[in-house]
Amino acid sequence: MDSVRSNRDAGRVKLPTAIKILVAGGFGAGKTTLVGAVSEIQPLRTEETLTDRGVGVDDLSGVEAKQTTTVAMDFGRITIGDAYRLYLFGTPGQERFWFLWDELALGALGAVVLADTRRLADCFPSLDYFERRHTPFIVAVNCFDGARRYDLEEVRLGLTLHPDIPIVLCDARERESSKKVLITLVEHAMKVRLGTAATGEAAAR
Amino acid sequence: MNPFDERSHPQWVGEDAGPIVRPYVLTRGRTEPTRGRFDLITLVVTVRSALLKETALDPECQAIVKLCYQPQSVAEIAAHTNLPAGTVRVLLSDLLDQDLIALQEPHTETDMHDERLYRAVLDGLRAL
Repeated sequence: MDSVRSNRDAGRVKLPTAIKILVAGGFGAGKTTLVGAVSEIQPLRTEETLTDRGVGVDDLSGVEAKQTTTVAMDFGRITIGDAYRLYLFGTPGQERFWFLWDELALGALGAVVLADTRRLADCFPSLDYFERRHTPFIVAVNCFDGARRYDLEEVRLGLTLHPDIPIVLCDARERESSKKVLITLVEHAMKVRLGTAATGEAAAR
Repeated sequence: MNPFDERSHPQWVGEDAGPIVRPYVLTRGRTEPTRGRFDLITLVVTVRSALLKETALDPECQAIVKLCYQPQSVAEIAAHTNLPAGTVRVLLSDLLDQDLIALQEPHTETDMHDERLYRAVLDGLRAL
């Protein structure tokens, strides 16, 4: 692959290209569960230690006040043939971690916003963020045991979601269900970015 | 978790204690890689010349070089070595400076308009 960094040995390696999908939502919405349901590896955890990232390098004032924050993210992996590797990141939903999202969202194929109907408002920050950033996203309503079943259109109304944004029901514990969520997202992202429909005739060809 | 809270941690030993050495000690105080973007999904692979030099490396770098005989993302390297991603980025830039690793940077936002990418991912997901 010609984009491998020029390096004396680079000619010998041929690496797949990695793609990322973000799984966002409030605390306990099932982000890691969904990642684990489709990942080929046990979800791993990585920690970003955030110190002065985002602060100008020449800014010497207030050095003593710099804070260190550690944010943990769970992620999983799906190998797509020889050419691609898909990484799924469960992203911390709290507003104060938005600066981390910026880095994560850069170059992301799209995002799944997991909604929990018992705490619908928890996913508002995620929706706002992806809308503002123009990252293609869909909403997946995780069906928890004991939660009242809502009509999807009711949820759409509650979230004041644009009619073009797909909204689906899912069970994040189920592989098939989580797989469908991802397929819906990729089809939507393709439609948004390329203006083409991915389903139906294309799949049948 | 407060490691100095004696009730929750009567003995500060073993895995629960977390890293004894603060992450940036390993990087000699550096917080930014010398070069390279090192996205969490940048893929890293050890190149052959590393085999000769491996023993001269710090244990953390040795661990990374060994791990990356199979291509790994920055996120995976961080998870497997138990180091924060920021620390891993600095160590990776050192390894890159020594020509011990090769990188594959992920797609940029503009590459996201390649239809083949979407088709491949959809096929891959459907085949799961």
